[in-house]
Amino acid sequence: MTQPLLELRQITVSFDGFLALRDLNLSLQPGELRAVIGPNGAGKTTFLDVITGKTAPTEGAVVFKGRSLIGTLEHRIARLGIGRKFQSPRVFEKLSVQENLALAVSQPKQPWSLLLGGLNGQQRDRVQQLMSIVNLQNRADWVAGALSHGQKQWLEIAMLVGQDPDLLLVDEPVAGLTDEETDLTADLLKSLAGDHTVLVIEHDMEFIRRLDSPVTVLHQGHVLCEGKMDQVQADPRVIEVYLGTTEEDNG
Amino acid sequence: MLQAFQQRRWSLVLLWVLIVAAIIAAPAVLPVFRLNLLGRFLSLAIVALGIDLIWGFTGLLSLGQGIFFALGGYAMAMYLQLNSSADLPNGIPEFFSLYGVNRLPGFWEPFHSPVFTLVAIWLIPAVLAAVLGNLVFRNRIKGVYFSILTQAALLVFFNFFNGQQKLINGTNGLKTDVTQLFGQMVGSPEMQRGFFWLTAVVVILAWLFLRWVVRGRFGDVLIAIRDDEPRLRFAGYNPTLFKTIVFAVAGGLAGVGGALYTVQSGIVSPQFMTVPFSIEMVIWVAVGGRGTLVGAILGAVVINYAKSLVSEAMPQSWLFIQGGLFILVVTALPEGVIGWFRGDGPRNWMNRLGIARRSPTYPRLEREGQQEVQP
Ligand SMILES: Nc1ncnc2c1ncn2[C@@H]1O[C@H](COP(=O)(O)OP(=O)(O)OP(=O)(O)O)[C@@H](O)[C@H]1O
Ligand SMILES: [Mg+2]
Repeated sequence: MTQPLLELRQITVSFDGFLALRDLNLSLQPGELRAVIGPNGAGKTTFLDVITGKTAPTEGAVVFKGRSLIGTLEHRIARLGIGRKFQSPRVFEKLSVQENLALAVSQPKQPWSLLLGGLNGQQRDRVQQLMSIVNLQNRADWVAGALSHGQKQWLEIAMLVGQDPDLLLVDEPVAGLTDEETDLTADLLKSLAGDHTVLVIEHDMEFIRRLDSPVTVLHQGHVLCEGKMDQVQADPRVIEVYLGTTEEDNG
Repeated sequence: MLQAFQQRRWSLVLLWVLIVAAIIAAPAVLPVFRLNLLGRFLSLAIVALGIDLIWGFTGLLSLGQGIFFALGGYAMAMYLQLNSSADLPNGIPEFFSLYGVNRLPGFWEPFHSPVFTLVAIWLIPAVLAAVLGNLVFRNRIKGVYFSILTQAALLVFFNFFNGQQKLINGTNGLKTDVTQLFGQMVGSPEMQRGFFWLTAVVVILAWLFLRWVVRGRFGDVLIAIRDDEPRLRFAGYNPTLFKTIVFAVAGGLAGVGGALYTVQSGIVSPQFMTVPFSIEMVIWVAVGGRGTLVGAILGAVVINYAKSLVSEAMPQSWLFIQGGLFILVVTALPEGVIGWFRGDGPRNWMNRLGIARRSPTYPRLEREGQQEVQP
């Protein structure tokens, strides 16, 4: 195997003594598509927070492209090539769809380059293209705050793609989407994998199944098991945590 | 909807024509006393424009803009005093002799130079704002904590300037009206008329500059910082840098406003750095309309004009009126007068009065429908 794009080693995150992540290990190969599932409170969002620099781990190492991310500021991590979509959609509500996407595709993201010129032709085309991918081309001038929940989800996914990161971290992208939109989102993420590395967190099992990717199950801040969807679903430990028959610690 | 939008655009253009016409007509119509007041209020409008940039667009509520305003004023006054003290004993400003100082303090020296002074007026406040701002922003101090810190800084500066008789005449401040510039007395009607024109031009230039700043993606980033700064970081932007820049720009503008205000009021003193005055600056912007630029100008000029008229008639009542105005805006017009006008305000009112056209549920469909009808 090649060197992993991202590697988390023995990550522990303690919030005032409460361990949101415990000795978590995970690695992603370049071009891989990976799904992460787990009950509410399993630590899925926290583990994205650790990768993107929002939360500093109490212990452990995060290595991206062979470089440690510990102590690196959020915007620098983003510029290294890690993009993130938030669990509840976070778009800039007072900006239009087009302006939101323009900020995503802008390169470089320095004050003077934003002041001294507009988007170049290629970037403008990219914005148009992204809008048509997520079906917002006739909402171009709407302020994002006026979009429906599902449209905001898609706008944020388009912003994530527009940022063109090597690693896409996607937290619950299909919450609040219709079945049809869910399928389209799954296809979009699948088509991105290969050129990009994609990690998707979801509760929607149909969606995960459609991704047809390896699944990592997180439980109480720890990796419970990894494998194909069918294997994982048949695993008695997974059935146990999802059905919650016992309170036994699986660590 | 498009039509309504265009109507509103035209109303704003009309507003601008009116403002420019009023400025051009003012020297011919107003007595010197009133013209001088208008000139001062236009200087305050420059400060207000800066506040609109940092607060209206970027969400940084500074209660300490008086610091930068006063620094610009002091820089100007120091130059004018030096320029007029060649014939005085020791060749230094007169007030020094009151405190037995007979050598010019070193930091006054560069203010002999008009070029240095012209740069210092905006650069010193801008650099100070950049340094203070960066310190605060880097530590991710936000919201009300930022506001409290700016007010604390204001108090520190106020007390410092108040206590430095031997350096800058303490509480008494520095007078400029009897100083000389280009061989004329600064307080003379001719000079005051000149300062009025200069201020009017600077207001327009400042407005054009800020409009350019906020129009494109840079302005979009500012709005994004205001609405969801953490999110912006994950998109690869460094909010600290943007905030530092706009805070410095607002500081520089406050300095320019302070210098122009000083020459038109005839004095700069620590009174420029009182807490209520810096809060008033924020009120002008709130009333005029945050994030509208033109609202900041109108707010500063109209409120201050009203203040001077009311204070002449009923000296005690202004504070109540100002307080009431602020409460009215916060409760009824949270976007300020211009913001209300640009938004759905007029249509809502017309709706209430029953004279508005029905607003379309699917504006785009109707618009496209109209286009199809066209040949
Ligand atoms: N800043 C914080 N301070 C204290 N506790 C926190 C903090 N952030 C998360 N937690 C706790 O850590 C645990 C994991 O939270 P996390 O948001 O990562 O779960 P999740 O797997 O994303 O859940 P969900 O599926 O509901 O989104 C939860 O018990 C949560 O209450
Ligand atoms: Mg979560």
